Amino acid sequence: MNFSETDIETLRHAILQRETTTRAVVESSINAAEKLNDTLNAFLQIDRAGALRRADEIDASGDAKQSLAGVPIAIKDNICVRGLQTSCGSRILGPYHAPYNATAIERLNAAGAIIIGKTNCDEFAMGSSNENSAFGPVRNPWDTERVPGGSSGGSAAAVASGIVPVALGSETGGSVRQPASLCGIVGLKPTYGRVSRYGLVAFGSSLDQIGIFGRNARDVAEVLKVIAGRDEHDSTTADVPVPDYTSEIGGDIKGARIGVPRDLFGEGLDEEVRASVENAIEAYRDLGAEIVEVELPHAKYCIAVYYIIATAEASSNLARYDGVRYGFRAEESNELRSMYRRTRDEGFGAEVKRRIMLGTYVLSSGYYDAYYRKAQQVRTLIREDFLKAFEKCDAIATPTTPTPAFKIGEKTDDPLAMYLNDIYTCTANLASIPGISIPCGLSNDGLPIGFQLMGTYWSESNLLRLAHAFEQAQPFTERPRITAH
Amino acid sequence: MKNGWETVIGLEIHAQLSTESKIFCGCSTRFGDEPNANTCPVCLGLPGALPVLNRRAVELGARAALALALNINERSIFARKNYFYPDLPKGYQISQYDQPFSERGELEIMTAERDEGGHPREWLPLKVRITRLHLEEDAGKNVHEGLPEVDRFSYIDLNRAGTPLAEIVTEPDFRSSWQAYDYVNYVRQALQWVGASEADMEKGNLRCEANVSVRRIGDEKFGTKVELKNLNSVRYMQRAIEFEIERQIELIESGGRVAQETRLWDERNSETRVMRSKEEAHDYRYFPEPDLPPLIVSKDFIEEVRASLPELPDARRKRFAEEYGLAYADAVQLTQNRALADYYEEAARAANNSRGAANWIRTELLRELEAAGLTADKSPVRPEELGALLRFIEEGKISGKQGKDVLIEMFASGKSAAAIIEERGLVQVSDTGEIDAIIEEVLNSNPQQLAQYRSGKETIFGFFVGQVMKASKGKANPKVVNERLKEKLNK
Repeated sequence: MNFSETDIETLRHAILQRETTTRAVVESSINAAEKLNDTLNAFLQIDRAGALRRADEIDASGDAKQSLAGVPIAIKDNICVRGLQTSCGSRILGPYHAPYNATAIERLNAAGAIIIGKTNCDEFAMGSSNENSAFGPVRNPWDTERVPGGSSGGSAAAVASGIVPVALGSETGGSVRQPASLCGIVGLKPTYGRVSRYGLVAFGSSLDQIGIFGRNARDVAEVLKVIAGRDEHDSTTADVPVPDYTSEIGGDIKGARIGVPRDLFGEGLDEEVRASVENAIEAYRDLGAEIVEVELPHAKYCIAVYYIIATAEASSNLARYDGVRYGFRAEESNELRSMYRRTRDEGFGAEVKRRIMLGTYVLSSGYYDAYYRKAQQVRTLIREDFLKAFEKCDAIATPTTPTPAFKIGEKTDDPLAMYLNDIYTCTANLASIPGISIPCGLSNDGLPIGFQLMGTYWSESNLLRLAHAFEQAQPFTERPRITAH
Repeated sequence: MKNGWETVIGLEIHAQLSTESKIFCGCSTRFGDEPNANTCPVCLGLPGALPVLNRRAVELGARAALALALNINERSIFARKNYFYPDLPKGYQISQYDQPFSERGELEIMTAERDEGGHPREWLPLKVRITRLHLEEDAGKNVHEGLPEVDRFSYIDLNRAGTPLAEIVTEPDFRSSWQAYDYVNYVRQALQWVGASEADMEKGNLRCEANVSVRRIGDEKFGTKVELKNLNSVRYMQRAIEFEIERQIELIESGGRVAQETRLWDERNSETRVMRSKEEAHDYRYFPEPDLPPLIVSKDFIEEVRASLPELPDARRKRFAEEYGLAYADAVQLTQNRALADYYEEAARAANNSRGAANWIRTELLRELEAAGLTADKSPVRPEELGALLRFIEEGKISGKQGKDVLIEMFASGKSAAAIIEERGLVQVSDTGEIDAIIEEVLNSNPQQLAQYRSGKETIFGFFVGQVMKASKGKANPKVVNERLKEKLNK
């Protein structure tokens, strides 16, 4: 059985019918992870012993009825799994092992999912290419000279190459949807407050949200069903009922209204990407959806606003990495100030330092009103734009990224060009709304192209249903060069 | 203080709220446990951990705010105060900034200047404006002593990190160190009174900082203020302010200028010393805490808390003075804590004598309590029993002097007044027939003295009283003895 092509439902069916064992599934996944890691560098830690032990437990119990029983899953290395490393792709946390599980991990464990390892990512989730990892870049399975996107590039590459059917990533500004798009898979960023952030290492606390990668919408729905919902450890989770996302998938989508913000299809957008996304929109029209024009007049400020709010919060969130209690400490410091300075100088990479400095600046006395407060005001305007647009439509369609995957090293010297990769995605984080990226074609270079749908608060069900309908109409059957089989 | 100068003082108090668990996690707030025993991912500031607000801290914060006559905001915001220090695990303190839990209190306290010996002169009311009371978390503690290789290592105990605090800030409304002293004592008492805080400065669960400046009388502008820290008791604070006032006046009079800085009080050398200058002051980069939603408290909640508060010390003092006819100083003494005030009221009722009960508690009971290190609610002599004792004295069954001995034994043995009087056979003789018989006997056996008295030497009257008391073995009611003796002698 080729597990690298199998969806969760088929996998579970095979285990339940004893056509295979959990151990066989997990072993195949771990073998692939180990085999491909030299090429892809997608994993920072592979937990062969722990994963097989869990697999054997499920096989021995003879009870594989939980919704994710026996499903191998990869976890971004900024989500705490008890006993495994949580490096966040940073030297400063290098030796750190989490003593507790994130809430999402607790829920995955309870549902029988099997964590096979921790995936590489941009340092503290800061980046759009995975080149900011202290442990080397992840390579795109479609073209190993190219980036997989970021910051959750390891998780995206692991799913795209068929190592695991699903993986967790995290988003602060597009870090799931953008790599999903560059790797030709589905990536969902839920509504802020839908999934607990407890145990997700904070970057921009008002924007951060755990996201899900899968090869199809249904698999993503399976995982979301498990991890979503109110958590008493995270005061920003909402007490909103969690629907049965999988059962709400299916049926036709006649009458659904897809909003298209034409203004965003202009400058900087690659022609191939534009054509592919237009094609996807036409596919919805063919499925009976109504296509309506919408406006998001303040969306053009999103990069500026994002890089003020996210960096401000990051400058505070990353203050705890001071060498005092855990992680890396610079040696041979003989007094406190120099220990702080040297630990943070040697422990953080260039992009993290750039953002800490930006964030410190925008919060400092005399600049707060001009930057941070102003950015919060514009954030409100962006949110209002979306709410107004959602009066006219059920989902908004845009490209996920302006271009397909770029070459490793291509944008590392130009932070602004790098930041512009998030131009279509970071608005959803600012507006706290959900978004999903869905593969819709290949470029002439054989690189995947994705489009995204954004919906109003708590509309994940609707986004997954629309994504599924598209998958049925235009199945994305292409596979990358580097795969598990 | 020197003539022609005026002092301006504002105070900041940090009071630990008496919750069982910390403000943002479930760890215990117990004092004195093994270092770092009461910690978890949240209060250790581990990556990924998030704060969750403790409801009890909000309730106690509300009690504190209402006890100090502040207005509670129905919506307040937590904010991060960013700075680096090893005892601050997250690199920021979760506090409140531009939208605090409560604001704009106006409090009337009694204050008095003191003489050289520290005795109050005249008690006068003073209005104090309290700017705000907000909620925040405490930091941990750096330990530099009593551990291996302290010359090479510092240690950190995070048991205290995350303990809930109320920060209480006043306007610059104090004009002397004694006013500041009386205010801090008032706040301590009020917080204890409503059960919001133990407010014990020795244990560090109440800490105080003072902003002090001086100006020439008539000046409208405030002088440059100096922040005083390390004020480990109310008395230290008063002394530090006093020192600082003199220092600043001397500095200005000798042509110098006061620098805006933070100074530490050095109790051993009785002086303040520079800790950091304005240039070194932190930019805390406050911003709203994204991990916590706004704190919303309903009007109903505020009114529930208000209704559950006991009568506050100041109101009770005033009532004691009016209702029981006590001197203000006595009322102050009897309301130093809630247990004593409750004790007094019960004893006064049982004795049916409010002034008598006040005197006996102030002069006799408090001495015993203090010697035994007990508070009034732990007194072995219950208020009803003290009342019973006072009634025995009032009714003339025993003398006041006997009563004092009885009280001491009651305190030591826990027995009732009646039992001790009975055991000791202390019943006072007031029966005129019995006393007349003793007088008869005394007069008959002292004919010489009787003759002297009758010949006009009336000063010898005391001799007869003494003899009668002696013959009665001290049991005769002195008042009756006096009356009867006068009558017999003047016959």
